[in-house]
Amino acid sequence: MSTLTTSFSSNASLRGFLHGLPGVDKVGADARAAMLGTRSIKTTAKRQAIDLAISMVDLTTLEGADTPGKVRAMCAKAMHPDPTNPDVPRVAAVCVYPDLVAEAVQAVKGSGVKVASVATAFPSGRSSLEVKVTDTALAVAAGADEVDMVIDRGAFLAGDYLKVFEEIVAIKAACGDAHLKVILETGELATYDNVRRASWLAMLAGGDFIKTSTGKVQPAATLPVTLIMLEAVRDFLATHGRKVGVKPAGGIRTTKDAIKMLVLVNETTGDGWLDPDWFRLGASSVLNDLLMQRQKQDTGRYSGPDYFTLD
Amino acid sequence: MFEYAPAPESRDVVDIKPSYGLFVNGEFVDGSGTAFKTINPASEEKLAEIAAASAADVDLAVQAARKAFTTWSAMPGAERAKYLFRIARIIQERSRELAVLESLDNGKPIRESRDVDLPLVAAHFFYYAGWADKLEYAGYGTRPIGVAGQVIPWNFPLLMLAWKIAPALACGNTVVLKPAETTPLTALLFAEICQQADLPPGVVNIVTGAGETGAAVVNHPDVDKVAFTGSTEVGRLIARSVAGTGKKVTLELGGKAANIVYEDAALDQAVEGIVNGIFFNQGHVCCAGSRLLVQESIAAELLDSLKRRLGTLRLGDPLDKNTDIGAINSAAQLAKIRELSDAGEQEGAERWSPACAIPDRGFWFPPTVFTGVAQSHRIAREEIFGPVLSVLTFRTPGEAVEKANNTPFGLSAGVWTEKASLMLWTADRLRAGVVWSNTFNRFDPASPFGGYKESGYGREGGRHGLEAYLAGSAPRESR
Repeated sequence: MSTLTTSFSSNASLRGFLHGLPGVDKVGADARAAMLGTRSIKTTAKRQAIDLAISMVDLTTLEGADTPGKVRAMCAKAMHPDPTNPDVPRVAAVCVYPDLVAEAVQAVKGSGVKVASVATAFPSGRSSLEVKVTDTALAVAAGADEVDMVIDRGAFLAGDYLKVFEEIVAIKAACGDAHLKVILETGELATYDNVRRASWLAMLAGGDFIKTSTGKVQPAATLPVTLIMLEAVRDFLATHGRKVGVKPAGGIRTTKDAIKMLVLVNETTGDGWLDPDWFRLGASSVLNDLLMQRQKQDTGRYSGPDYFTLD
Repeated sequence: MFEYAPAPESRDVVDIKPSYGLFVNGEFVDGSGTAFKTINPASEEKLAEIAAASAADVDLAVQAARKAFTTWSAMPGAERAKYLFRIARIIQERSRELAVLESLDNGKPIRESRDVDLPLVAAHFFYYAGWADKLEYAGYGTRPIGVAGQVIPWNFPLLMLAWKIAPALACGNTVVLKPAETTPLTALLFAEICQQADLPPGVVNIVTGAGETGAAVVNHPDVDKVAFTGSTEVGRLIARSVAGTGKKVTLELGGKAANIVYEDAALDQAVEGIVNGIFFNQGHVCCAGSRLLVQESIAAELLDSLKRRLGTLRLGDPLDKNTDIGAINSAAQLAKIRELSDAGEQEGAERWSPACAIPDRGFWFPPTVFTGVAQSHRIAREEIFGPVLSVLTFRTPGEAVEKANNTPFGLSAGVWTEKASLMLWTADRLRAGVVWSNTFNRFDPASPFGGYKESGYGREGGRHGLEAYLAGSAPRESR
């Protein structure tokens, strides 16, 4: 996997690279994201967007109170989001804590739904590299297809980019064949310049996906932050020849929110990322709203919330 | 492929009458000139028959304005403010109707008339309503001038009306306004709004027609103040005709603005700024960023990004909520854009447009970029007033400023850099009325607007915009 990674000899050289990236003007980025948010997606386009969004969902439960039963229920929902309608696509993945990976793997076996596990002392990332690698190895050993790691935001904000970089390289190595999503926790990075730098840092270190947030910090997946990350993967493909996926997570609650994300992808990176292999929505509550809107499109009527399962 | 389905805004919110008269002394009256039609430039369908005001009709309008001036100018500022606030609120309430009508008559995308034009129109009336009882603090005296004759262009029909009427009324003047002949409908709906607001008769008069009607307004001996927005060519005629008459004049004319992008700019936002600078409103913007000056070290990269971005622009039905580029306002304007673009090619510049389906009917021009443009080319010197960008490069900040200023115009400019000292250094040296820093085509009623050199004289907007409508200070030359 080392071929994926660009090597840097010192923190200074990595810092030089990251600070040499073009800046982000906040006012302009916010305005662009807001403008794309006004796109009006109706009728056939809306139907297409809803199904695409469902197929991109990483259905997630990351609570201290998670139990095997809760995970099994979520997996059932992931495979058949609307039990009354087999046309509804399955979601992309379920996302759980490492100790519940085995349960999830068992539950979704053969369905095509992937199992993702958070790792690396999620959500704060405040532990030793040794613990983070072990955490990752446990998840992978239990059968996780994907690992969602968190970066060390403290080290990043302190300017110790090489530490963050080397951790990602080490976790990537521990992932083996599992895909690595690197959570930037953009809500803690404070500036759009930092979001761009962290995106590049994660891509240079070998991340397969860059992900906005843990879902435990606000703000999470805002439109401008997702826009900046999409620009980063677009530019990284052009300059480094490797395609990296994007996963906004946290705060995507309605069909409208999800469709705005798809518009952002469509008009920033284009078609190439409109695929669950390259774009995911980290969310859980959005799924029922997508199902409700889908049914409204089919029948012309809204059903009450009790017609959609709570899992 | 994620194709957006058509998402048209409903036309049902507007009620276009088969024919319209002139608005004189608070009532709609017939015109004695030969009526003309206004069309939808996106389909060439006729929208309505419009009365043309003859010199005699204009005279009646000026008389009505003169009569109304006596009471309007004597009214306490706080009372005048009530009318302006009322008009502003009605504009907000009827904004959807006004936006649809503007897009129908002008061809601009509904997204722009809804999200840019109409909010600014209402904001302008609110802003100047606030000044009406505070004129003594503005520094230009409190005495109104009298009757203002105002002639406005077709690119922002209702917004230009607001720029003209709001400060004039706030200061206690009365007006006779002539909208452009291709876009009279929102001005006529505004006349209805004046009735709805119970504005005293004669305070606002709207006379429709072509150049002759405009000349009658400008040359009427009882007009005390002339305000014009439009081409430099017509501006010259007006300056000549009012010379020596004692009328106060403000002219807001053409432009050929430079949009300077330094190598350390925030590139993604600079690309957005370039697009917004020249493709906003089909480039029918006097302050459009029609000359892109890009530092050579990033020129190739920036142009690649720009071209990719232009590939996502959606040209078509102005009423579709997802349309970015609407129709060219008239056949005459389309011919002018074509003529200048062809000249660009003949003079050796390289022409590029994204793949873009052009509708069968109506007036359309694809977003166009010329590279390899020299300062001597016509497309670098003349105002095209269309979606055509001329790209030039520079090596040093000194060269950027020299090229930016090397134009007979001086309305606006844009500077893109993340370095504040370079931003200020550049802005200080640009001879342009407005310099945008890391943005373009942003407007606010509190900010004055106007030009250097052939871009005209006088300022509109902000506290400065009051000066043109108050008699307290002597007329000033171009600054």
